[in-house]
Amino acid sequence: MDIREQVVESFRTLTVNKLRTGLAILGIVIGIGSVIALISLGQGSQQMVQNQIQSLGANLLTVQPGFSQSGSVRGAAGGGTTLTLDDALALSTDPTITTVKNVSPEVSSRQQVTAGRNNANEQVYGVYPAYADIHKITLSSGSFVTTSDLAAQRKVAVIGPQVVTDLFATDANPVGQKIRVKGQEYTVIGVTASKGGTGFQNQDAIIYIPLSTAQKSITGSSSINSISVEAASQDVMTTAEDQVGYALLKRHKIADPTQADFSIFSQQDILNTASSVTGTFTSLLSGIAAISLLVGGIGIMNIMLVTVTERTREIGLRKALGAKRATIIRQFLIESIILTILGGCIGMAFGATVSFILSKVLSIPFTITMSSVLLSIGVSGGIGIIFGWYPARTAAKLQPIEALRYE
Amino acid sequence: MPKNQKNQTVISVENISKVYQVGEVETVALDTVSFTIAKGEFVAIMGPSGSGKSTLMHILGALDTPTSGTYTLDGELVSSLSDDELADIRNRKIGFIFQAFNLLPRTTALHNVMLPMAYAGIPVAEREERAADALTKVGLANRIHHYSNQLSGGQQQRVAIARGIVMDPAILLADEPTGNIASNQADEVMEIFHTIHRQGHTIVMITHEPDIAAHAERILHIKDGKLVNDERNTQKTQRVRKPEDRKTG
Repeated sequence: MDIREQVVESFRTLTVNKLRTGLAILGIVIGIGSVIALISLGQGSQQMVQNQIQSLGANLLTVQPGFSQSGSVRGAAGGGTTLTLDDALALSTDPTITTVKNVSPEVSSRQQVTAGRNNANEQVYGVYPAYADIHKITLSSGSFVTTSDLAAQRKVAVIGPQVVTDLFATDANPVGQKIRVKGQEYTVIGVTASKGGTGFQNQDAIIYIPLSTAQKSITGSSSINSISVEAASQDVMTTAEDQVGYALLKRHKIADPTQADFSIFSQQDILNTASSVTGTFTSLLSGIAAISLLVGGIGIMNIMLVTVTERTREIGLRKALGAKRATIIRQFLIESIILTILGGCIGMAFGATVSFILSKVLSIPFTITMSSVLLSIGVSGGIGIIFGWYPARTAAKLQPIEALRYE
Repeated sequence: MPKNQKNQTVISVENISKVYQVGEVETVALDTVSFTIAKGEFVAIMGPSGSGKSTLMHILGALDTPTSGTYTLDGELVSSLSDDELADIRNRKIGFIFQAFNLLPRTTALHNVMLPMAYAGIPVAEREERAADALTKVGLANRIHHYSNQLSGGQQQRVAIARGIVMDPAILLADEPTGNIASNQADEVMEIFHTIHRQGHTIVMITHEPDIAAHAERILHIKDGKLVNDERNTQKTQRVRKPEDRKTG
């Protein structure tokens, strides 16, 4: 028999024994499917947790001016005027800075704000449009500060939900209304979604206006209070910190880093938590993959061992009728490969479907990586082929009469 | 195969012994057995269970090799061949008929009969033609597309006979061919043996039933691993007897 004929014969044998073939394919489908589904769910959860950590600002660097100096008296950190808008713009264009995604210069000031008869003391931030991205600000209505607002120094404001409660009637839509800050009138163009009062600063009680407007009308100074820098990922935080630091030292013409007139902060504790969570997830995923590969592999091994052992008499008969050892081994190998390919494809679809449904139910991101597919197909497929081939080889080695007598 | 070639030797067995070793214990299954069978003969090998007749059949069928002695089949020294060469001998020179039929389950009669030709590398079209011919010879022309499990025991054994003769082998080896068949169907099977014998096939049949052995021209009696008697069957059964005459085994 040539190979082509053996492939045809193998398909015939497989279709003739539908139950046996079905069970073998089911074993492989479950084996491969469960590995893919489990790894995919694990990766989805990992991604979700990482996203949540990211939103806490794990990849944020904050650059603040150094100590304010009046004579020999040192003021508070961050009180200095050494950071300028040009510094921030330079950071976003400097070619030596490769690990930074976004740069957002910020000025802030507490101001008395009025709207009609209401008045409140609120934090006013002068910002760039990038601020919303970096600090994960979403709007419940209206829009955020735009580049053209910035260029035209427009008197527009985006206000937090707490500010809305402080200044307006409960059910009024503040967009389009006017507020007065430091005696000047601003038009409300958006309301931010509530973030809850996390940290030291109530994120909902802030008024955002264009940075240029803030510098001109409120602070009257070209210096800025801080620069938020978003690193490309939390893995490159250290590099980003170094790059930003050296770029600013160079701009400020300071040779000795200990004499720097600015400081860079990162959320070190969040970062530490993030990396330990990532580490835990990596080991969890390896564990899941190992266990599911083991379970799937044993399932496949069992079904292949059983189906081939069950056919020992058939092997004896085929040998008695003149099949050579190699012919028999080749036939079983071809059958195993067909079963594994079929089961593998169905298993992939099955695993992907299961993890898709579960990720929707558990509301975690749906991810399937090539590596998990290759891993499961490689290991389970290998096991399927080896345990289809090995017992067939053993049976083909038997004297035909022993195989024929096999019960 | 014309009948006048009957004097040509097809099987030559010389001083064949088979010793099984289980742990420390040696069991002699065959003890220096010698005989020859000529082309076209219909021989029965008889003996009680444990006599060594099955061992002899396995050696004759190239399914097993003797511990000592030589076995020549159709001019080839079978006792010295390798595993794959034995497979080739079985394929080309021996047709097997087993007590348990040993057909492939859920496979058509035609496909079962085609199987040995597949291993011989015969083209598919020729296989189908020859398999259909062989099935016609055993009276199953109208059953060629039936699955083996849809056939009665007697019909299954006839498919097995068709599979045995389809390669036109030097000998046809039947091991208790009626052992698993209802007695009325056993007669049909024996009738087919007579038919293919008349067509020139050499048949060697192992049985422990005297009235089945009585169908053969010559009976070899095996007892305790030795050939004890080699007789011409003078009262050879020429007719198919009524089932009630036969003792079923």
